[in-house]
Amino acid sequence: MNRFEGLASLGRETWKTFKLLSRNKMGLFGFILVVVIVLLSFVGPLVWPPEDSANVADINQGISAKHWLGTDFQGQDNLRKIINGGRDVITIGFLTGILATLIAVSVGSFSAFVGGRVDTWLMDLVNVWLTIPKFPLLAVLATVLSLKDIVTLSVLMALLDWPGLSRQVRSQVLSLKQRDYVEAATMLDLGTPHIIFRELLPNMMSFIVISMIFTMTQAIYQQTGLVFLGIVPYSGANWSVMITAAQRRGVLYNPQAMWSILAPMGAIILFQLGLVSFARSLDEVFNPRLRTSV
Amino acid sequence: MTASTASSPPAAKPSPLAWLERITSNFLLQRLVKALFTIWLVTTITFFVVRAMPGNVVDIMLQELTAAGVSPDDARNQAAALMGVNLDQPVYEQYLAYLVKVLQGDLGMSYRSQGLKVSELIVQVLPWTLFSVGLSLLITFILGIMLGAVMAYNHDTWIDYLLSNLAATLDATSPYLIGLLAVLLFGVIWKSVPIMDMRGALSPGIQPAFSLEFFADVFKHVKVLLLVSVLASVGSWMLTMKSSTIATLGEDYVTAARARGLPDSRILTAYVGRNATLPLVTRLAISIGFTMGGSILLESLFTYRGIGYQLADAIAKRDYPIMQGVFLVITIAVVLANLLADFLYGWLDPRIRIAGGGQ
Repeated sequence: MNRFEGLASLGRETWKTFKLLSRNKMGLFGFILVVVIVLLSFVGPLVWPPEDSANVADINQGISAKHWLGTDFQGQDNLRKIINGGRDVITIGFLTGILATLIAVSVGSFSAFVGGRVDTWLMDLVNVWLTIPKFPLLAVLATVLSLKDIVTLSVLMALLDWPGLSRQVRSQVLSLKQRDYVEAATMLDLGTPHIIFRELLPNMMSFIVISMIFTMTQAIYQQTGLVFLGIVPYSGANWSVMITAAQRRGVLYNPQAMWSILAPMGAIILFQLGLVSFARSLDEVFNPRLRTSV
Repeated sequence: MTASTASSPPAAKPSPLAWLERITSNFLLQRLVKALFTIWLVTTITFFVVRAMPGNVVDIMLQELTAAGVSPDDARNQAAALMGVNLDQPVYEQYLAYLVKVLQGDLGMSYRSQGLKVSELIVQVLPWTLFSVGLSLLITFILGIMLGAVMAYNHDTWIDYLLSNLAATLDATSPYLIGLLAVLLFGVIWKSVPIMDMRGALSPGIQPAFSLEFFADVFKHVKVLLLVSVLASVGSWMLTMKSSTIATLGEDYVTAARARGLPDSRILTAYVGRNATLPLVTRLAISIGFTMGGSILLESLFTYRGIGYQLADAIAKRDYPIMQGVFLVITIAVVLANLLADFLYGWLDPRIRIAGGGQ
């Protein structure tokens, strides 16, 4: 009803979540790591713009005071490339995560609500879909469609990624539907939209956010793989492109130039580690049963 | 299913449709139908990608061939011959013809290598991938069960923390990045394994035979790939086994077995191990697809000439007939492996078989 009240309560909830989160050291570490990497990737390029020319004198150097993470096969500073190369990777991750979660939540809760034969059919279809190996399908489709931009790539990955999640959403909704407050709302005849958006979704929020984060990490890995296979446009400063470019130049077998491959790998792994430890701690924040154990 | 029971009178006389229900609720049959349906679905998707979708493979090939100076008519004939379709038929007839060809094992001819039959290529490379993926799954399964049980039995000790964190980290890292790290560590930093010598699935001149030399060479080429794919998937197995063992340890029958004074080793194997392993068998299905899918990246990283490498190679060369054929075969292999895992599960857990499948 009252939009401002809703916003205020959302703010309060967020603050409470953050306070709970700060109790869990691993989760806080992950959260800060993610925030720092996102800030560095989106604001950093304004301060340290990409180098546009090669420096022939500084090719494939190791770490030094001048080049903290060494230089690549064009003599460009790796650290600067890392700062400029995060934006696309992170955007693809977020977009795919959000889209896949949206589809999964819609289909999963629809299936659980309608029930009966539609539910059985939908879930059978989802189970069938899950047996198809996703990465080969993604690779083949992305090749034939010859994707040009990161948005279409994200849409394609989201279209392939949602089924597993929708099955989980469905079972969550089914179990929440049995709770007293939902039954009360049903009896008051508050309408399906009200029940879904005001009663069910808020109680599934933690679960949804966690699943979204895991979909994001999957999307980032898939994107890395697509770049390696040469399917996704091989241009621009991007962590995955950095890895593949360094590898194609045989940098892997040149101990001195190892940093050109270690640096983007480290960036991806750190970002994923941050996301995953943040997600795991969210689980503990929202699931009181986990708070005491482990 | 409920319709036939509802319509039948409560008398002893069975409903005329009872036999039908008994057949449709048969666990193995259900799974078989599901597997066949999946294969049909993938074949249909492939057909749409190849022929019916806007910007489909045949159109791309036509464009490429005409751009290369082939006359439009020749291009049409050439593309149709390679993909094994008749472009003059209506689309649904092409679809039926396509299904028949796939059933016959005819997957077309290579677009880039003249005269190379896609099916022959696949027969050459598939065994190597089945071997490496199968072995990797076997090792991962055994290792995951053992380490997961160790973690559960030493719950909340330093061993548990160490292994849990290790498993979580491995689980969160993609096979491709682990593979790159392996190349860096073994090949560059420690220089212990000559990564370059491991190209291919066999050294030149080695003939398949039941000899020590042959097996040693096979192992030499597969060892790093195997290590990486085990490391990439063992983490999630360990974590699943840990939680399922902890859950099983709390069951009444385990307490009862302890109270009866059974030796620990017997409780571990016959009571806990057997039951805790069950959820892992269902995970096998996901794991097979994951490992097969991961083989595209890993096999091309280590230049192991399996089916994954072939798919990556076909993608790089835009060799569409090979691409579609290899993709189909990978999917069918995964679906059949899943069917096997389902049968295994039904055999291990009679409840599933008798209850008639379901979820």
